[in-house]
Amino acid sequence: MDFDSLLKGLEAFGFATAIREGESLFPWFESVHVLAIVLVVGAIAMVDMRLLGWTSRDRAVGAITAEVLPVTWVAFLVAAVTGALMFCAKAMIYGHNIYFLLKMGFLLLAGCNMLYFHKFSQQGIESWGQPGGAVPKGAKMAGGVSLALWIFIIVFGRLIGFTT
Amino acid sequence: MNPTFKQMLNSVCVWIDSTALSQFIQNAAWVVPTVQIVHILAIAALMASMLMINLRLVGMGARDQTLAQVSSRFSRVIWWALPVLLLTGAILITGEPARSLKNNIFQLKMLLVIGAILVTLYCTVPLKKNAAHWDGRAGLGKLVALVSVCLWVGIIFAGRWIAYF
Repeated sequence: MDFDSLLKGLEAFGFATAIREGESLFPWFESVHVLAIVLVVGAIAMVDMRLLGWTSRDRAVGAITAEVLPVTWVAFLVAAVTGALMFCAKAMIYGHNIYFLLKMGFLLLAGCNMLYFHKFSQQGIESWGQPGGAVPKGAKMAGGVSLALWIFIIVFGRLIGFTT
Repeated sequence: MNPTFKQMLNSVCVWIDSTALSQFIQNAAWVVPTVQIVHILAIAALMASMLMINLRLVGMGARDQTLAQVSSRFSRVIWWALPVLLLTGAILITGEPARSLKNNIFQLKMLLVIGAILVTLYCTVPLKKNAAHWDGRAGLGKLVALVSVCLWVGIIFAGRWIAYF
């Protein structure tokens, strides 16, 4: 099965057809998606900016990740589900849209970066993450890369709307 | 809507549309998407911060800090993001005055913005003078948090729906 028949197969699902042809289902999903994604990016940026030493230097890194992590995961799940539903509704369009593909690519990179940071942070975050502690270069870099990737995810997401 | 107001709004749109700045925005295809992206990034900063304060107000979120501490940390972000939002919003209106000012959903969004700012001030300003302001008012505090979250979420939804009206 080639890529296009897979995309057409997704579009043929009942729920995909309903979203595509419904009067106002699509904008509702879009609204929830925007709400979810701004919360994801806002919450992640709080951690990234702390790692970069721009904000909350008087607060432990662990305290910040603990307070924003639940928000991040719930919002991410909502963004992923609404995103997947909208993708299925117009799979042929998004599957061939350069900004959509870039968005997915950067999302994957953000995931890899998170895994890298997770592995890295397990090594002594309790000591370097304390208020006033010096954030190691690797963790700082992971924060900067994460912030840049998520900004680009927003950029590509918005540009999809100008090309479909 | 009353006809006089409608006429006034119309002439305002025509005037904005004729300005050099509006013409520039309309003719440079990159301006609107770029400004929209900055607008969304500022919304991200504001929404996440707003949520952290309201979660703490209902007893969730950063419970190792007092509400006053959480509010002071995140209010700063909100009051930085708001001017950015108003400025980028104003640029978008200048570029497409009729699409925005005459749009019912846009008008609703502006009312929600005023309401959300007032509720946010009502929630956070008293904490500067009295860190325990909300301690004895748990019920009212929860209501304020709910209203605040609903207003800000309504603003996001209205923002997306402008494009469909």
